Amino acid sequence: MAIKDYIRERFFPHIWCPGCGHGTVMNSLLRALDSLGMSKNEIVMVSGIGCSSRISGYVDFHTLHTIHGRALAFATGVKLSLPELNLIVPMGDGDALAIGGNHFIHAARRNIDLTAIVMNNRIYGMTGGQYSPLSGYGTLATTAPYTNIDQSFDTVKLATAAGATFVARSTTYHVQQLAKILKQAILHEGFSVVEVLTQCPTYFGRKNREGNAVDMMESYNKNTTPIGSKAKKENPDLIERGIFIQKEMPEYCSEYDKIIEKAMAKYSNS
Amino acid sequence: MAKPKLKAHLINPEWCKGCGICVHFCPKNVLELSDSDKVLPARPTDCICCKLCELRCPDLAIEIETEQDEQ
Amino acid sequence: MKKENIKFIQGNEACVEGALYAGLDFFAGYPITPSTEIAELLSHRLPQKGGKFIQMEDEIASMGAIIGASLTGSKVMTATSGPGFSLMQEALGYAIMTEIPCVIVNVQRGGPSTGIPTHVSQGDVNQARWGTHGDHAIVTITASNHQDVFETTVHAFNISETYRTPVILLYDEVVGHMRERLVIPNKGELPLVERLRTSVKEGVDYHPYLPREDGRLPMSDFGSVHRYNVTGLFHDMWGFPSDNPKIVHGLLRHLVDKIQNNVNQIARYKEFYLKDAEIILISYGSSARSANHVVFSRRPRGEKLGHLELQTLWPFPYDLVREKCAKATYVVVVEMNMGQIMEEVRKAVDQPEKVFLANRIDGVFITPTDIRNILRLIQGKGV
Repeated sequence: MAIKDYIRERFFPHIWCPGCGHGTVMNSLLRALDSLGMSKNEIVMVSGIGCSSRISGYVDFHTLHTIHGRALAFATGVKLSLPELNLIVPMGDGDALAIGGNHFIHAARRNIDLTAIVMNNRIYGMTGGQYSPLSGYGTLATTAPYTNIDQSFDTVKLATAAGATFVARSTTYHVQQLAKILKQAILHEGFSVVEVLTQCPTYFGRKNREGNAVDMMESYNKNTTPIGSKAKKENPDLIERGIFIQKEMPEYCSEYDKIIEKAMAKYSNS
Repeated sequence: MAKPKLKAHLINPEWCKGCGICVHFCPKNVLELSDSDKVLPARPTDCICCKLCELRCPDLAIEIETEQDEQ
Repeated sequence: MKKENIKFIQGNEACVEGALYAGLDFFAGYPITPSTEIAELLSHRLPQKGGKFIQMEDEIASMGAIIGASLTGSKVMTATSGPGFSLMQEALGYAIMTEIPCVIVNVQRGGPSTGIPTHVSQGDVNQARWGTHGDHAIVTITASNHQDVFETTVHAFNISETYRTPVILLYDEVVGHMRERLVIPNKGELPLVERLRTSVKEGVDYHPYLPREDGRLPMSDFGSVHRYNVTGLFHDMWGFPSDNPKIVHGLLRHLVDKIQNNVNQIARYKEFYLKDAEIILISYGSSARSANHVVFSRRPRGEKLGHLELQTLWPFPYDLVREKCAKATYVVVVEMNMGQIMEEVRKAVDQPEKVFLANRIDGVFITPTDIRNILRLIQGKGV
């Protein structure tokens, strides 16, 4: 298949568990990139630390596997120094929103042209199943053996409030929607956030009796709904899928180019 | 657009981890897991080439080749 | 010499001039006393030449941004002080592990913790060496006057590119904020080392972490024809994570040896009256200004004092120090901390019992009088 062009085949089979949703996200992402027809040399993938962030080793782009929570800071440096590059930043829920929360907020605030993909499996998988900020009240994890008392928050609302100009959510069940959303997120000139609900059957699934990968994907189908649907009105607990925000605002690098013009003009006149 | 005609189910047993996602979500029940937990096309003639297995596979281990793909 | 080349400026500004001379084109930083002027000046100067400046949300992000920018081929720098330097340690270790050139300026202030933001100390010497976790080597350079600040800044960029390593410029609040004359050299007067890029052609396998016979590692810019992985995990020559013992051992040895085996090429120092000195002062940074004053004012009166001013603190030049101090009766290390370089000097010389410390740790600049009083005590002469 065409997407095999975009992987580093010599490192497969990859390290993700059987049924891990991250593999499906990678699958959809590569299809989205294939449909865009970009040169592989134009694409830089910057990831953090965690199961999701291992994706960067498997794809045939310029890849930067950084430190826990800081992928967006590194990506900002890459993008600002060479704005022609296309930056994709896959991160886990803990990586992006716990330790990386601050960088997430400010990358959104700057509206710098990066595509952040929050692969939300509601757990810290790589380290063996500790709770994350998105695990949710009442769930079980290795560091919440008596149930989790931490409330979670809404990634979409956080991204929106921080200033992201493309905000969307999908799941590993809805692969066709996911590929389409990822394509639009990448094309969008500004800070894009795509939250993907993805299953960790090995830890979150087992600890919380959610079944296997198939069961977890079925529940993504059952418990989510398109934005503003009738089902949502009837059942507010359903999680909405789709594109929440899509607007054009000044992008950071092009704004800085104007600063350079200003500075050069002033300097040559003095 | 012409209905896609199946040419082959291309399965990579080294990459397949037997998670069962493709088997469960196949709308026509074409796939099964073998005794060694690898996917195989048990009823290939029922395949409608929807490619949902290919799209969902976390391991890129299954590919649906159609006549149209060749063109 | 052109009039425009002569400036009367702060040390922080001399550092900025040196960085721009060396070809700096990307700076990311966060304000912190007493380094803020570096960021302010670069926010002004960088866009004038088409360079990029960004104030990030914290020092951790600043390091991340400069490392990312370096990978696209830019010469990069950040600047901070103690508390910010502490925040930068993890990313500093990442740059060491991934062999990405960058320059980090720490204009030291009183510590630990918030300390005294507007007062001098030299307390971060050991942190520059061991602040980040794991075995590693690092290059740390300092200077005591603005001309040397300029030149050591250029030297830092050159070392960074030559050895594919982060370099720490460890200045201090006194040098950073005082005003002094600087003469900016003309283009071409100081040698500059440009990034070594690979000559491997498109379509041919490029190994980002396979050293050439001469030990150097040619780089390839992100965005050009070679796509590879960069990771802070131990990695093979492809940059792909590995925990293979042979690979781990080989990479760690390489990271340390490339610096430690080149101590002499990296070392910079100045010496004054060492040949017949009975008492040798060893100093660095702004303390060296006072040490120099003691030596130059006492020599005419017949006192056989000498001064070894270190500009490279790490890798510490043990052989150099041993050789220079062999004939001295006393070796007195002058610094504004509790003896961080004194410990290294003790390790270097054949008679550690002849090494003493003349220091000051109260946020007040150590004066020639302070040093002279301590020298008298050491010699048993009272104050």
